Amino acid sequence: MLPRVTDANSHFWRGGEHGRLQFLRCTPCGTWIHPTSPRCPACLSKELSVEAVSGRASVLTYTFNHQPWVPSPDHPYPIAIVEIEEQEGLRLMTNLVHVAGEDVAIGMAVQVVFEQHEDVWFPLFEPADPKLRRGVGR
Amino acid sequence: MSLRRKAAITGIGQSEVGRRLMRDPLDLTLDACLAAIEDAGLTREQIDGLSTYPGAMGPAGFSGAGISDVHDALRLPLRWFNGGPEHPGQLGSVVEACMAVACGMANHVLCFRSVWEATAQGKGRRQGLGVGGGAGGGGARMTGMMEYTIPFRAYSAANWIALYAQRHFHEFGTTREQLAWIALNARRNAALNPKAIYREPMTLEDYLAVRMISTPLCLYDCDVPVDGATAFIVSRAELGGDLRRTPLFVESVGTALKGRPSWDQFDDLTTMALRDAGRALWEDTQLTPADVDVAELYDGFSFITLAWLEALGFCGRGEGGSFIEGGERIGLAGELPLNTHGGQLSAGRLHGYGFLHEACVQLWNEAGERQVPGDPQVAVAAAGGGPLAGCLLLTAT
Ligand SMILES: [Zn+2]
Repeated sequence: MLPRVTDANSHFWRGGEHGRLQFLRCTPCGTWIHPTSPRCPACLSKELSVEAVSGRASVLTYTFNHQPWVPSPDHPYPIAIVEIEEQEGLRLMTNLVHVAGEDVAIGMAVQVVFEQHEDVWFPLFEPADPKLRRGVGR
Repeated sequence: MSLRRKAAITGIGQSEVGRRLMRDPLDLTLDACLAAIEDAGLTREQIDGLSTYPGAMGPAGFSGAGISDVHDALRLPLRWFNGGPEHPGQLGSVVEACMAVACGMANHVLCFRSVWEATAQGKGRRQGLGVGGGAGGGGARMTGMMEYTIPFRAYSAANWIALYAQRHFHEFGTTREQLAWIALNARRNAALNPKAIYREPMTLEDYLAVRMISTPLCLYDCDVPVDGATAFIVSRAELGGDLRRTPLFVESVGTALKGRPSWDQFDDLTTMALRDAGRALWEDTQLTPADVDVAELYDGFSFITLAWLEALGFCGRGEGGSFIEGGERIGLAGELPLNTHGGQLSAGRLHGYGFLHEACVQLWNEAGERQVPGDPQVAVAAAGGGPLAGCLLLTAT
């Protein structure tokens, strides 16, 4: 099930086409904003622009979903909330990929990879440490 | 200005509750509403307010009736009404009824919540996917909260709560053996409740052996969908003395939400919105957590109850696991009897309203075999998880 892409969120959902994880950022105060909003929640400015982050993040928490809510070949699969390196509290819910289940841990350093579904690129995260990466797909 | 003791619960009602009753959900709703009106010693002509959560909305089974359905079926002469999903939790609809009577907008507000999820799921119309609509599949694209959860196959509140539970385990060393006591205590109490769904004994071994849903939550950490409806009469406090029952005064309410209204963006990934609502409950009362005789705390998932215990100050932050461990403290004869009817885990998902109903039953000393001893005078009822949270403190004197 895919997100509805609009003018307001296409930078986020389609940035992956060019390998970029993008958010709105406030020009006067530098705050990164997610999900999107017409104003900066910190200073209320409307001067916002789309910028890319490094793609580095850390795992704040995770869960392995076992329940077949929707048929899928890869149960259990890891769902995580990650915090983007550029700003405390800049978070995404996502999936961890290319990782062995026993290596998943809170605090783990991860980096973004993209997976295309139709006209949307999902930002997923794999271990930053190459030694922890596995070839398993999502 | 204060809401303190300006509103009272003067009647309660509940329909038949069960798995796949295959009954018209409005029929169930009216059973509960009429029972509550009669319980208060009122007639429907005296009901001048109506309030509900979440109002008429999908997905199938999530709401059995809206304001207009009940208004029209009972031909109520309303002066005030209110229904919708954007409340401080399910019991926010009762809090708003308290506000309405406190400021003279109504004398007697009928509050109701009805669900028919078991029948809806049985008909294959809903698979327990995320609450709040928008996850209907069929090629529909996700918006709002679902936009940032469903694409990552975090389909269910089970996943979202599991993320909080895992973080709590990580920060505070909470274990599944501790969390189990929410489910075990509920089942122990359900055995004494004739209306509960699951009443056979459950052991710690049973709990640890059952299949996982979303780590660290197993099947027994998840509540059971049912069909059923619950209703209350909220009256102006000064009118309560003329009615059939001893009024249960609403001493205080907790509706605060200071963090971001979001599952994944809330600042503290161990507490959820209940942190703010729970703390606010004590801001307008002389009572303290030590005065509470019985606690009925939402358990749509077991971890939510643990989080409410901390949020309401029954134990310190991060101490919920050790507080419940062994189950003695939270048993019927313990220092804080908890979820005395079996909670939603064992008595069925009446979606928040069941907890307030049980709080009233206990304060009126009508809980039969599961009655908390010692004539309880003060009860907390709390509902909601994630960004939904609201709670009430009731007193019998
Ligand atoms: Zn700004």
